[in-house]
Amino acid sequence: MEFLTEFPSLGRADLSAMRRWIDGNFREFTRATGEALEAFFNPLLQFLVWFEDLLQATPWPIILLVIGGLAWLGARDWKITIGSVFAFVLIGFFGMWEDTMSTLAIISVATILCIAIGIPIGILMSRSDRMQSIITPILDVMQTIPSFVYLIPVVMLLGIGKVPGLIAVCIYAIPPIVRLTNLGIRLVDSDVMEAADAFGASPRQKLFGVQVPLALPNIFAGVNQTIMMALSMVVIASMIGVQGLGVPVLRAISNQYLALGVMNGLAIVALAIIFDRVSQTYGKRLQAYRTGHGND
Amino acid sequence: MTEENIKVQIKNLYKIFGNKPQKVLPLVKDGMGKPELLDKHNHVLGIQDVSLDIPEKRIQVIMGLSGSGKSTLIRHVNRLIEPTAGEILVDGEDVMKMSEEQLRDIRRFKMSMVFQKFGLLPHRLVEENVQYGLTIQGVDESEAKKRAQHWIDRVGLTGYERHYPGQLSGGMQQRVGLARALAPDAEILLMDEAFSALDPLIRYDMQSILLELQDELHKTIIFITHDLDEALRLGENIAILRDGALIQEGDAQEIVLKPADDYIADFTKDINRAKVIRLYGLASPAPEGFDGTVVDGEMVLSEAFPVINDAPNRIVGVTDESGKMIGTVDLNTLIHALHA
Repeated sequence: MEFLTEFPSLGRADLSAMRRWIDGNFREFTRATGEALEAFFNPLLQFLVWFEDLLQATPWPIILLVIGGLAWLGARDWKITIGSVFAFVLIGFFGMWEDTMSTLAIISVATILCIAIGIPIGILMSRSDRMQSIITPILDVMQTIPSFVYLIPVVMLLGIGKVPGLIAVCIYAIPPIVRLTNLGIRLVDSDVMEAADAFGASPRQKLFGVQVPLALPNIFAGVNQTIMMALSMVVIASMIGVQGLGVPVLRAISNQYLALGVMNGLAIVALAIIFDRVSQTYGKRLQAYRTGHGND
Repeated sequence: MTEENIKVQIKNLYKIFGNKPQKVLPLVKDGMGKPELLDKHNHVLGIQDVSLDIPEKRIQVIMGLSGSGKSTLIRHVNRLIEPTAGEILVDGEDVMKMSEEQLRDIRRFKMSMVFQKFGLLPHRLVEENVQYGLTIQGVDESEAKKRAQHWIDRVGLTGYERHYPGQLSGGMQQRVGLARALAPDAEILLMDEAFSALDPLIRYDMQSILLELQDELHKTIIFITHDLDEALRLGENIAILRDGALIQEGDAQEIVLKPADDYIADFTKDINRAKVIRLYGLASPAPEGFDGTVVDGEMVLSEAFPVINDAPNRIVGVTDESGKMIGTVDLNTLIHALHA
């Protein structure tokens, strides 16, 4: 009867031997490749550090001006522009300016990285159903696996610091842009594609002249989602040494500082709302032609 | 009609949709029909042994009801669809044997296409849409703009250059489609139910524009339609498809006066015969010593009635294009011709 009540599992000895074998091998792998990997990611680190220093060193009025300018360029909406600037003023007033600049730096770099990697992967995925069936499950894993689980190998390989934090953020944040690029291209009207074919467009001319431009609203929704997800990783990234708004939140959790936690949490929310509104209104303007209110 | 050059030649074309078209091809060649093929082998017969010679500089209409394979057929000409078997020769060159690049060149320079659902680029302005074929060819921008403007003016869209297609009505969008197809100056124009999505008045307008342009451009036009009135108005040659097979080919007179079978007779039943049938189609050998009134054979019946009624003995001579008399028509024949 024991067979039915106890699941026939590997023995404890076998299991631990197996785990030790995997861990040992991975440790060896990290020893062998750690330095090379670090060297590989060094330019990224340099860029991130440079960008963060730039944000920290720039006088705050200039940052406010730039924020306002970017919000206006993106949204062309006074309410959103003034709201964004006002949110930053509040953040600064409550003493969170430096942490916010650090968070801004890592989110921006992570987003750029996700766009640079995600859009080409999305395009690749849209070109063949085979590719799609291979990449989709990988994306599913990336989105659902608890972040702490992939933090382990990342930290083992690269130690604690900005780069592993950046990689962790990207693993979590890249799936939406890949998915929505793929979807956007697949949704391009087949009649339009047929017309492009009939006029002898090359695959390149079709991709950059028809598919990508028509997929842009979807790609943009992907960028928006990517930014949101990157922001939601701020606290977890701070656990492995990323500076920014996550650090005080983490401190607040371990010490039960309610006010500190809420204030920094709200600052993250403010960033999220600003990014979201600006990028969404920009995305909407991209498809003005659909409703027939183009610029004459 | 005089001897003419064949521009596009379709030879024994078959298209079978399904997983293993090559496997069932011999069955179709042995005469298996569309329903049986679908029933027993789960393959759809698209085109069934179609051979058609399309003369240069004329409008060839291909007509059939939906599902008859006409849109499939036209897509073989520029190979948007790969055939299961057969050849398509354009100026004697087999399109089916072309490499990807040759095919791209022929699509860029030799033939262009107008679509039922327009197929315009919604994110580009009207002028950019009209320039599309030229841009693809690699024509430089200012030249492309100039040539595009010419065609925008010709189809009557002057002033709308900087609108998006979504801001225009269906009829105007199809003018953009027509201008876009004309701009690359291709010799062959493929029109797939180009006017079918438009309402009748606009459709008539577009047909007039096309005929007017054709008077001057003399392109080889392959025009797909399901509308007999349109076919009779535009087509110098008409081919009728049913279930993927070609069942009759000829000019409007032959289709109306000598329908090959009941299917076609059914088709032609509701048309206004008095405005379609022309005298030359009814001519019988002139009686000995005929010296009465002589009229142009191109005259349609509705115009011919008063003329014949006033003619001595109610009989007139009929001439061909060159003015030579080919026979006579009497009032009796005329009246009979009105009934199918």
